[in-house]
Amino acid sequence: MKQQKWSGVLFLLPGFLFFCLFLIYPLLRNFLYSFYDFKLSNINHTVYVGLENYARVIEDPIFWISLKNIIIYGLISVPGQMILGFIVAYALNASTKSSKIFRTFYFLPVVTSWVVASLIFKFIFTDQGLLNYLITDVLHLTESRISWLSEPAKALSVISMLGIWKGVGWAMVIYLAALQNVPKELYESADLDGSNTWQKIRYITLPSIKFTTFFVQIMLIIGAFNVFTSIFLITKGGPVHQTEVMLTWMYSKAFTEYDLGYASALSYTFAAIIAVLTFIQFKINKLN
Amino acid sequence: MEFLKKTTTAIALTIGAIISIYPLIFMISTALQPATFLFEYPPKLFPSEPTFQNFIQAWTSQSFSVYLGNSVLVTLLSFVFLFVFSSTMAFAYSRFEFKGKNLSFSIIMAALVIPSLTLIIPQFILINKLGLFDSYWGLVFVYAAGAIPFTTFLLKGFFDTITKDIDESVYMDGGSSLRLFISIILPLSKPAFVPAIIFNMLTIWEEFPWALTIINDPLKRTLPIALATFQGQYTTQWGIVFAGSLIAVLPLIILFIFLQRYFIAGMTAGAVKG
Repeated sequence: MKQQKWSGVLFLLPGFLFFCLFLIYPLLRNFLYSFYDFKLSNINHTVYVGLENYARVIEDPIFWISLKNIIIYGLISVPGQMILGFIVAYALNASTKSSKIFRTFYFLPVVTSWVVASLIFKFIFTDQGLLNYLITDVLHLTESRISWLSEPAKALSVISMLGIWKGVGWAMVIYLAALQNVPKELYESADLDGSNTWQKIRYITLPSIKFTTFFVQIMLIIGAFNVFTSIFLITKGGPVHQTEVMLTWMYSKAFTEYDLGYASALSYTFAAIIAVLTFIQFKINKLN
Repeated sequence: MEFLKKTTTAIALTIGAIISIYPLIFMISTALQPATFLFEYPPKLFPSEPTFQNFIQAWTSQSFSVYLGNSVLVTLLSFVFLFVFSSTMAFAYSRFEFKGKNLSFSIIMAALVIPSLTLIIPQFILINKLGLFDSYWGLVFVYAAGAIPFTTFLLKGFFDTITKDIDESVYMDGGSSLRLFISIILPLSKPAFVPAIIFNMLTIWEEFPWALTIINDPLKRTLPIALATFQGQYTTQWGIVFAGSLIAVLPLIILFIFLQRYFIAGMTAGAVKG
């Protein structure tokens, strides 16, 4: 028994130390960094500034813009992915024929990397791109091309649409797995009662997959807050920081302006917001 | 009525499916356009004279063969570290009692929710101090460590389902715990490893911000940063950009088509256990 006790530690230790060195140590170190003023150009010169970096975060107008943008992105893309993902899963679950090929099609965007997806969307929505060609020269909806990517509201909509396009397949797959576990007898007895499709969804399906919906919602909200690559590649946060989200702003502070201490404070603020948000969702879910 | 409902559903599903794959088809058709036609307005939906010119150029003069090799190398090396560490840790948590077991496991689980990009500054400084800036190891170590929490969690969940009677019989025969791990637990756990490999491949293969930050040498670029920097430099050469994009996504798409069942298992693994 004693020997076994040591084997446990021996199996654990190499991996755990590796994990601590590259994940936990940076996490703690980052907290310290956020109390210092130091620049990427001179990493060894650090000045303790207390809470000043956090005070700067509160006073930083672009921080608030980035927070607003991420909330808008979440409010569009999370329900978009959930609702469409559920509808597709429900439709595919009902029909057996050809559902496999549909599932493949809907899932392909999930397999497409963020970089490639962002480049495709950039090309479609760019001034001389496919969409402008369609609406001006083919359908004659407008006289002049629309600048989809240089106006903040339009650019954010395009990026939210990219989020939905790329995420529906994931939500669909999770919902499909859950739908297959809903007992068929429930639907049969509802059929006997003469319930219509909407009533069945409302009173049988949705309550049975409550846990899955909660899981999908949490994962998608965390995912939305982590959006980076699409903004970074499509608008770079511009024009004049109007489409910045928290991670792109943190990144540009750190690696364009070299302001590491301040960027650390930004990243901790960001992580705290996600933690609080997740905590609140768990609380609400428990109450229900 | 029933027929009408079915038809409407089928039409709606088809429209959705077209929207899902259209951007990908558009990417392929642009990659097949001869370079001279690309600057034309209006852009063509389907190439009138398809050519592989863009692919040849991307593969040779634009070094995408090198980038593909880099991506494969980094992903494989990350997997070696990730799976050696995750499986031994999962084995320790599944089979042994020791001091600090619950505490260390809680730390690993808490790390599941850390957004990886928030660690980019301290990791950047750490990698620099270790002398790993601009090296594959800087990518490999951070990718492997970042994937450890989820993978350990997934594997432990599977190891727990393997009966402990097997442990007893191995020990009775005088076998060591290492033997139990290597010749019994690992081979029995193939169904857990396949989705774990696929899930992690999706994230490591396409990782962008970290690679962008620590790789400087153009010849060490992985596919995602190669694409992004190439697009940034030559905004007009979309044909080559998308030929390169296809080189980047095709391996995953082919894998997905053949191993669809496992992809979906990898995606739902978190949901079922979570």
